[in-house]
Amino acid sequence: MRKLALSDEILLSIEKPARYIGNEINSVMKDKEQVDVRIAFCFPDVYEIGMSHLGIQILYDMFNQREDIWCERVYSPWTDLDPIMREKKIPLFALESQDPVKDFDFLCFTIQYEMCYTNILQVLDLSNIPLNASERSEDDPIVIGGGPCTYNPEPLADFFDIFYIGEGETEYFHLMDLYKECKAKGCSRKEFLHEAAKIPGLYVPSLYEVTYKEDGTIASFDPVCPDIPSVIEKQIVMDVTDTYYPKAPVVPFIRATQDRVVLEIQRGCIRGCRFCQAGMLYRPLRERDLTMLKEYALAMLKNTGHEEISLSSLSSSDYSDLAGIVNFLIDHCEGQGINISLPSLRIDAFSLDVMSKVQDIKKSSLTFAPEAGSQRMRDVINKGLTEEDILKGSGEAFAGGWNKVKLYFMLGLPTEEEEDIKGIAYLAEKIAENYYEIPKDQRNGKCQITVSTSFFVPKPFTPFQWAPMNTREEFLGKAYTVNHTIKDQLNKKSIKYNWHEADVTLLEGLLARGDRRVGKAIRKAYENGALYDAWSETFHYDIWEKAMEETGISYDFYNFRTRTFDEVLPWDFIHIGVTRKFMEREWEKAKQGIVTPNCRQSCSGCGGKTYGGGVCYED
Amino acid sequence: MKIRVKFSKHGAMKFIGHLDILRYFQKAIRRAEIPIVFTEGFSPHMVMSFASPLGVGIESEGEYMDIEIREPLSTEEAVRRLDAVMSEGMRILDFRQIPDEKASNAMALVAAADYRIRFRDGYEPDLDWKKLYTSFLEQPSISIIKKTKKSETELDIRPLIYESRLEEDSIFVRLSSGSAANIKPELMMDAFAAYAGFSLEPFSLMITRLDLYADGPNGCFVSLNELGEKIG
Repeated sequence: MRKLALSDEILLSIEKPARYIGNEINSVMKDKEQVDVRIAFCFPDVYEIGMSHLGIQILYDMFNQREDIWCERVYSPWTDLDPIMREKKIPLFALESQDPVKDFDFLCFTIQYEMCYTNILQVLDLSNIPLNASERSEDDPIVIGGGPCTYNPEPLADFFDIFYIGEGETEYFHLMDLYKECKAKGCSRKEFLHEAAKIPGLYVPSLYEVTYKEDGTIASFDPVCPDIPSVIEKQIVMDVTDTYYPKAPVVPFIRATQDRVVLEIQRGCIRGCRFCQAGMLYRPLRERDLTMLKEYALAMLKNTGHEEISLSSLSSSDYSDLAGIVNFLIDHCEGQGINISLPSLRIDAFSLDVMSKVQDIKKSSLTFAPEAGSQRMRDVINKGLTEEDILKGSGEAFAGGWNKVKLYFMLGLPTEEEEDIKGIAYLAEKIAENYYEIPKDQRNGKCQITVSTSFFVPKPFTPFQWAPMNTREEFLGKAYTVNHTIKDQLNKKSIKYNWHEADVTLLEGLLARGDRRVGKAIRKAYENGALYDAWSETFHYDIWEKAMEETGISYDFYNFRTRTFDEVLPWDFIHIGVTRKFMEREWEKAKQGIVTPNCRQSCSGCGGKTYGGGVCYED
Repeated sequence: MKIRVKFSKHGAMKFIGHLDILRYFQKAIRRAEIPIVFTEGFSPHMVMSFASPLGVGIESEGEYMDIEIREPLSTEEAVRRLDAVMSEGMRILDFRQIPDEKASNAMALVAAADYRIRFRDGYEPDLDWKKLYTSFLEQPSISIIKKTKKSETELDIRPLIYESRLEEDSIFVRLSSGSAANIKPELMMDAFAAYAGFSLEPFSLMITRLDLYADGPNGCFVSLNELGEKIG
C-alpha cells in the first residue's frame, strides 16, 4: 500500500481528507524508477473544483499514454491544511505517488480564471519552489502555465519558466522529448529554456524584454536573443476527432463540482460575441465526428460508472448533428438511471422537446443569456439574440410546462446608457407578462424569474480590449437602477434579482489586462495573506488594495482608461489567428451598433481561416 | 433477487466517509455492469442499503451492503466483476442471495459488531494497561454518561460488551450494535481510560471492524454473511 504524505492525525483533523489521498478510480500509478519524466499537473484551486476540469483530464490521459512519462495531479490545499503544512514543514505533494512536487521535472498549471493567481503562488511556496522564476535553481521543476488566462501571461511572467499558448495536445510531447534530450546531454536549465522557446506556441518570459514609455504604456517588447521568435503563435488541434480524449477519466471519491461524464462535442464558437474571450481564442469552430462522440460517450460511462453525462461546448446548439448525439444518448440512457445534462443550448422548439425528455420540468429551470437588456446594447455586443427570440422561447417553454426562468446579463458594457440598464428589468417584466397571459387553469402557479447580472470585464483578444471598465460606484449604481426598476414593476413578486460583488470584478479587470509590472502586486498580495480570492468567504479586498498601493499599481491606468489602437498591448506579441485588424474593425462596428454575422452565415475574415480547417472550410 | 455484498475497507479508503462510499458503490456497480434494480419515478435510484455506517478513520474486514438485482448472477462471477473495479484498499469478499422478506434487511438485523483496537505508535499509555483492562472487564457494571443533543443519560455498558479478550498488542471486543443499543468502540475505550486513569488523546486508537452480526438462535450471534447463500 502507498504511504500517504499526510499522517492519520492530520487527515482526520481536516475537512474532506479525500482531497489529499489520491487512489481514485482510473488514477494512474507507475513505477517512478521506470519513467524518465515526472509531471505534476496542477489546477490551483480546491480539489473539487480542479477535478471538474476537462483539460487536465485530457492531458493527464495523454501524458500517461507514454511509458516514459508519469503525470500526476496537484490541487491547492484548502485553508485548513495550508497552515498545518507550513507549521509542520510538510512539502506539497502530488496525489498519486504522494511524493514532493519539488522532486518532479515539471510543474504545470492550468490557469482558468484570474482570481486563482495567489493560489499559484501558494502551490509554489508550499512546494518549496522559489516564487520568481529568476530565483530557481537546477533542482527546481520547470514551471509551465497554460489555459485561457495565459493569453495575457504578462501579470504572471515573473513566476513562470514557460507559458504554453494554445491547446496542450499539440506541442507537449515535443517539449518532453526536448527535455529528455537536454537531460541526456547535461544541459543547464537556462539552455533547456532557450531551446524550448523555439518550439511553436511556447513563450519563455525571461527571454523577452519590455520597455515602457513615460506615460506607462509599452514602448517595445522584444526577444533578448535573435534566435527565438518575436511572435508566439497559438497552437490548436485541427483534427479534434482523431486526437487525445480520455476514455477513462479519473473518478473522485468526494462529489466534485462536475460529477459526471463530460463529452466535449466541439471547440470554438461561430457566434463572435464581442465581450467573449473564449469565442475569439478558440476560433475556428472545430466539431468532433458523431461516431467518435458515440464511442467515447459509451466508453466513459462504462469506465467511470457516472450517473450523468453532459455535453460540453461554448454553444451546443451550433453542433451540426446535435439531434444525432442527443437522441443517441437518450436511447442509450433510457432505463439505465443515467441523466443527461444539456448546458449552453439555445431555447427553441427542438431544445425544449429534448429537455422535456431528459429533465423534470417541474423542478428544472430554463436559462437564457441575453447578456444585455436592450436590443441596441445586444447589437453592440453582437449577441445575436433578439427580444422576439427570447419571448418566443420563454412562451414555448411556459406552454410546455416550465415556470422557472433564469436570465443572465452584464452591466457596464461599452456605450451602455440608462435605458439599456432599465431594459434588463423591462425584459424580465415582459417575460412575466407572457407567463400570466396563459389562462390560470393551464399554468403551473406563479412563475419564478431570476435575473442575475455580472459586471463586465474587458478581456484581451476581444474587440472590447480597448474599452474602459466601470468604477465600483458606476457598477453599484447600475445594479441599484436594475433593482429599483424591477421593484417598480407590476410583476416584481415573480422576479428575483442577484448581482455580483464589484470589488472582485475590479481586480479581475486589473489581472486580465495587466502587464508585467502587475506581478509585483500579485506577489505582495500573496505575501500579505491573499489566497483563494475566487471564494467570497476567503477574499479580502483590503489585502489587495494595500498590495496595489505598496507596489504603485492603479486602476486608473489598467482599468479605467480608454486604450487607443496605436498602443502596444501587453499581449500583442501573441497571435491567436483572429487578427488585431479584425478586432479593431469589430470595436468600431460595436460603437456604431452594427452586428457581424456568425461564421456559418458568412465569413467576416477574422483570420481564423489561416488554420486551414474547421468551420472556415465547411462545404 | 435480494443480494448481500460483503466487502473490506483498508488503507487510504478509511478516509472516505459513509455517504461517499455509497456514491462509490453506485458507480462501481455500473462499472461492473451488475444488473441492479432501480426505483420507479422520474429520478430513479439504485435499490441499495448499508448494514451500518463505518466512521471515518476506521478500517474494516467485514462491511455489508444489500442490493436487489434483476437477473441472477453467480457469486463467483459477481465477486470477480465487482472486485475488478475496486480501488486499492477495497475488496469484494462475497456476494450472496438473502431471503426476499423485508425483515432480512441488513440494517434492521445488525445486533453486534466485532472490533480490534490497538494503540497507535507513540500513543500507548505508560502503565500496565493490559492488566487494567482485565480488571476493567471484571467489573459488574460500567457506568458511562451518554450525551445526546438533548440530554445526558447514565448507561451501564457492561452488559453490552458481549465478549472481549486481549490479543498480542490489541484488544478484541464484540459490542452491541444496531438500533437497539449501539456502543462505539471509542466510547468503551473512553470508559476504560477513565477507569485506568490515563487520558486518551485524540487519534490514539487504530480500530478495525472485523464483522457484523445478527441475533441467532439460542442467544448466539450469526454473521450477516452466513444469513445469505452462495449462488452457484
